[in-house]
Amino acid sequence: MSANARALAGTLAASALCALLAVTPAAAHHVTDASGRRVEVRDTAHIVSIGSAVTEILFALGVGERVVAVDQTSVYPEAARKLPNVGYMRALSPEGVLSKTPSVIIASEGSGPREAIEVLSHSSVPVVLIPDGHSPDAIVRKIEMVADAVGIPEKGQELANAVRSDFRQLAHEIATLKHHPRAVFVLSTAGGAPIVGGAGTSADAMFHLAGLENAVAGVKGYKPASEEVLLTAQPDVIVVMSGGGQPLPPETIFAIPAFRNSPAAKHKRLITLPGSYLLGFGPRTPEAALDLALAARANAKLAPLPVHSWSSEPNP
Amino acid sequence: MSLAALKATAHAHPRRLRPAAPAGLVACALLAALAFLAALAVGAVSISPGRVLEILAGAFSTPADEAGAAMRERIVVLDIRLPRAVLGLLTGAGTAMAGAVMQGVFRNPLADPGLVGVAPGAALAAVSFFVLGAPLVALLPPLAQTLALPLCAFAGSLITTLLIARLSMREGAMSVATLLFSGLALGALASAGTGLLVFISSEQQSREFVFWTLGSLGGATWPKVALVAPFVGFLVVCAPVLARGLDALALGEAEAFHVGVPVERLKRLAIIAVAAGVGACVAAAGVIGFIGLVVPHLVRMWLGPGHRVLLPASALLGAAVLIAADICARIAVAPAELPLGVVTALVGAPFFLWLLLRRRMIG
Repeated sequence: MSANARALAGTLAASALCALLAVTPAAAHHVTDASGRRVEVRDTAHIVSIGSAVTEILFALGVGERVVAVDQTSVYPEAARKLPNVGYMRALSPEGVLSKTPSVIIASEGSGPREAIEVLSHSSVPVVLIPDGHSPDAIVRKIEMVADAVGIPEKGQELANAVRSDFRQLAHEIATLKHHPRAVFVLSTAGGAPIVGGAGTSADAMFHLAGLENAVAGVKGYKPASEEVLLTAQPDVIVVMSGGGQPLPPETIFAIPAFRNSPAAKHKRLITLPGSYLLGFGPRTPEAALDLALAARANAKLAPLPVHSWSSEPNP
Repeated sequence: MSLAALKATAHAHPRRLRPAAPAGLVACALLAALAFLAALAVGAVSISPGRVLEILAGAFSTPADEAGAAMRERIVVLDIRLPRAVLGLLTGAGTAMAGAVMQGVFRNPLADPGLVGVAPGAALAAVSFFVLGAPLVALLPPLAQTLALPLCAFAGSLITTLLIARLSMREGAMSVATLLFSGLALGALASAGTGLLVFISSEQQSREFVFWTLGSLGGATWPKVALVAPFVGFLVVCAPVLARGLDALALGEAEAFHVGVPVERLKRLAIIAVAAGVGACVAAAGVIGFIGLVVPHLVRMWLGPGHRVLLPASALLGAAVLIAADICARIAVAPAELPLGVVTALVGAPFFLWLLLRRRMIG
């Protein structure tokens, strides 16, 4: 074969490959996921996305139109709410997920039950588990891994860099604040003792990002707290979320003896933020933390973060 | 036949009280009083007993010049511990007495108030409230909002019990066997509804509901106490009438009828009083296991099976046990709180097993 012919063949092969690439979104590639398994992903045209952070990242990466189904926790952006729903992320039905004929399943590490994830992993559809986590680094890792799973690492780097710089700016702004108000996150008050977000919870992580001190750090996890301890905690602000369970208006929160004579009650400082925004730990987290930091302080001046395409929709 | 006639006939066959009975009742009352005082003195925040007494003595006068710490201590004792202790007194007394009454009606020491569907009915109503109630609750005035859950649970338990009672009536007579089976069937139906709602609930809703089912006296407020008091009070008022009738019923339904006890009326009154009392307790404090089973059993072993001692002694001892359990729940894992139902079952179940085994050794 002459050199010319070889070059021609090479060109032909390359163009054939290009034509093939136009049909399939990406060639087969490998991802090492959160469980340490090396998963082979061949086709990323039909994604089932499990977990609100995973869904937000997919849409932020610009591949939202490839998502064919989501779980109940995925309420942002609005386009995700309109997709078929495979149910609650911790109560997945393998068959229900497979009925959406996904070519890849990208699921947050907390998805379950374990048996369902195992069954799905043994099916012919690749399952990529995305690590959970509440730190800026963990959120960056989530973005990188989701992008790798879809086969668009460069896009992933772009988004990761933007979120990283948002976190840097947030940390810089928070560092300018002298005052660190004491806060309590209340999950529920209906079933007896108030259930609060103690140390190690997602709410606790948000408090740290927003420069707030968790006034119930002695409690571990989301637990019913002793009302006497809540009374002595003397929080400056109380934080609740909307869109989860019972609404917690100021009348309900400040009627509780434990909060009645707290500084928060005196200044009527009750912050209500949508659960998916406040505790989602996705690309919008820096902005949520900045919102929380501003809401918790009467007259703080903080520079706003840059506007991004992925965080411009109103909250559900 | 009227209640007066019930009383009259019941006098026809008095039961000999054990000599220990009056002393036993006094002992139970002392235990309840002791537990009540301990509940005011003990908690996650340490306040000296002297200061607690000082606060109680000055309960109705608010000193103007009180500093932050003193004011907080006052709130702890008067607004957190006191309503909680009173609620514990009411729920403990109500649950244990209702257990004793049910065991008398079924003539079976293993009967418990749950047999008439109180718990599953209340649970279904509670989970409906957690999962579906949010938009409706927002429309209520603030005070009604804080009482919405107990009211909901109470309605649920009453409706279930009345349905069960209705199903077991045949030609004016209530069959205890049918009562048992319809209770089981309706309980299963209610649990199925509960399961469906848990299935569609969010993480927060299911967590709220799980903690509710485990029982807690947390969030005790005076309005909650006021909600429970009349219904437990009704059970207490009915107790003397029920006691005499149940003593006769211990001989058998036909025998009781032949000595002039209006058996049907007695059973109906017992079911209504138990449903109202236990329904209110479950509504205010969630499902608290074992008190209704263990306490009457203990009293029977100690003071004999006569209902005229059994009912008041069960009430007093039940109050003492529940308040003591709540103290454990409050301080064991401070600053968090253990669910009350966990404490009562954790202590109650092994104790009950030990009793059974000891009796086997003797018997």
